[in-house]
Amino acid sequence: MEFTTFLFYLFAAVMLFSALRVITARNPVHAVLFLVLAFFNAAGLWLLLQAEFLAIALIMVYVGAVMVLFLFVVMMLDINIERLRHGFWEHLPLGATIGAIMVVEMATVLTGKYFGLSNFPAHVLPVGESNTKALARILFTDYVYPFELASVILLVAIIAAVMLTLRQRKDTKGMRPSDQVAVKRSDRLRIVAMASESESPATDSKGGAPL
Amino acid sequence: MLNNFVIPDFYPVAPEIFLLAMSFIILFADLLFSATQRWVASTLTTITLLGCAALTVITADGQTTLTLSNLFVDDLLADFLKLMTYLSVVMVLIYGRQYLVERGLDKGEFYLLVLYATLGMMVMISAASLLTLYLGLELMSLALYALVAIDRDSARATEAAMKYFVLGALASGLLLYGMSMIYGATGNLDIADISQVLYQGQADKTVLVFGLVFIVAGIAFKLGVVPFHMWIPDVYHGAPTVVTMLIGSAPKFAAFAMALRLLVYALFPLVAEWQQMLLIMAVLSIGLGNLAAIAQKNIKRMLAYSAISHMGFMLLGLTSGVIGHEIDPFTAINAYSSALYYTVAYVLMSLGSFAMVLLLSRAGHEAEQLDDFKGLNQRSPWFAAMMLIFMLSMAGIPFFIGFFAKFSVLTAAITAGHVTIAVVAVMFSLVGAFYYLRIIKLMYFDAPAETAPLIATPTFRILLSLNGIAVAAFGLFPDAIMAICTAVLLHSL
Repeated sequence: MEFTTFLFYLFAAVMLFSALRVITARNPVHAVLFLVLAFFNAAGLWLLLQAEFLAIALIMVYVGAVMVLFLFVVMMLDINIERLRHGFWEHLPLGATIGAIMVVEMATVLTGKYFGLSNFPAHVLPVGESNTKALARILFTDYVYPFELASVILLVAIIAAVMLTLRQRKDTKGMRPSDQVAVKRSDRLRIVAMASESESPATDSKGGAPL
Repeated sequence: MLNNFVIPDFYPVAPEIFLLAMSFIILFADLLFSATQRWVASTLTTITLLGCAALTVITADGQTTLTLSNLFVDDLLADFLKLMTYLSVVMVLIYGRQYLVERGLDKGEFYLLVLYATLGMMVMISAASLLTLYLGLELMSLALYALVAIDRDSARATEAAMKYFVLGALASGLLLYGMSMIYGATGNLDIADISQVLYQGQADKTVLVFGLVFIVAGIAFKLGVVPFHMWIPDVYHGAPTVVTMLIGSAPKFAAFAMALRLLVYALFPLVAEWQQMLLIMAVLSIGLGNLAAIAQKNIKRMLAYSAISHMGFMLLGLTSGVIGHEIDPFTAINAYSSALYYTVAYVLMSLGSFAMVLLLSRAGHEAEQLDDFKGLNQRSPWFAAMMLIFMLSMAGIPFFIGFFAKFSVLTAAITAGHVTIAVVAVMFSLVGAFYYLRIIKLMYFDAPAETAPLIATPTFRILLSLNGIAVAAFGLFPDAIMAICTAVLLHSL
């Protein structure tokens, strides 16, 4: 047995085991950690397929960012494990059926006439060529326009998210010392020019006694 | 690979680059000036759009130029549609200014999102690859979803935004799935390459037609035709009127461009299949749109259903390009230019009608009910006359632009042999005339419910008057726009 074949079975076995533990682990934190392990092994499988860019992206994006966030959420939430596990065995047949259907569907597509594996032969990279480099080259030359467009879409997402969630609170009583120091007379006091008024009791038109 | 890469020609992309650069300037200018000078963002946005128009005119050379690794196309059709897009967006901004100020929505983000939506439309209009088409669509849609929800305190707007977002995401998924099928069958994303592979007849037809169904569904959703119209009434009703006006105008050009690029440029060899699908949707839209509009008490919903029926008419033009199995370029160009003409006419009328809704609204009062139009003639005879023009034109009564739009589409349909369908369409537009005429009856023969004078800035009044006069004048001289539409398509197809 070649060494790479051995590695494939090792990665695949550990991945299947940890994927199974994700849904059977009693503690949600353990489940998330098993998911991390599953991702690591999937990355290993991709490395064996010479798809090192995908492998690195999986570890950096999913393990590094998404799963850490997941872990925080799971730790912060007060999860009732008993309620979570309730009905596990009742729902198992349904879940297993859906899983089986998905496997059958994938098998039909991959062995089928239109998108079967025989229609798409494996692309073998020449020695010394890495697909990270190839992707980088193509992304910043031929596909720079879609790349930039995707970044504009992300910018729109940021603007929209800020617009929809940012609220300036009106009920805070905080003070800004800089504003207080910088205040000018004209901000506080308004001097109005008007004719002078003298108070004389004799001008009372009704002729009554002044109060 | 690196050695044979040449720096692409950025000249045809100048309007897009200018708009993007200006949007960054506005982003920062708004931070600096938003507290004191509210007009900065809106003025800069208008200047940006005018600058884009100037650049589009300068770079228009009548040639079909592919650039940026064949992902971007600059042809006469793109230039024309872009100019119409700028025009309608600028009109929306001018019409909506006072409405936004009165409701505290006059924020820099509004103008930025409008600019990015415009950029998305421009990218769609100039797309030469499925990839850029899809990215442009997402850019436009994402900005529009956020714009619908811009009035955060309105539960109705939030609900509308949610519906729009979920259904829009679903439609994008359908479209993307269809595109992936086309890619799987042809091995190409470039529109020109796809059609070349199809003409050579190498691709598997089953996969192609399977993908085509999803692509047509995606286009139908963006145009808002039956059976993918569910979002239109709720979004038109729920969104702030300015945003409704925006959704009801400029994106129609982008959706038209998307339909043309995907169906005519890329998948023309499958014309027999997609023509049939579009035909069914066109008839259903004209029927359901006109019937459902009668039952509406809210003018925004009524205009939404009328939009569905108008888009059905536009599709009727797109379905009439090819008769039987013979492809005659002149029939095809006539049919597609009638669809283009219909889109232009519809957007002009739609802008005017929503502007009338804005005119009757004021702070704290949305003139959304049909009853708000009661006795408008006594309050302002001139604007009642404008509304009369828009409604008669939408109903397709001669001699307004809407009549000639319907006329050219129906001529194309009859030339293509769809006589029965043309008769059905005319019958339903007669049914539709009822609800347009009802507004005219309310304006001229009912006593006004309120007598408050109409408040509008002089710019608004002038623009609305020009809009009404344009609808009437292009109805008297329809040949001008029709000639432009035909010439544009003749040079681009």
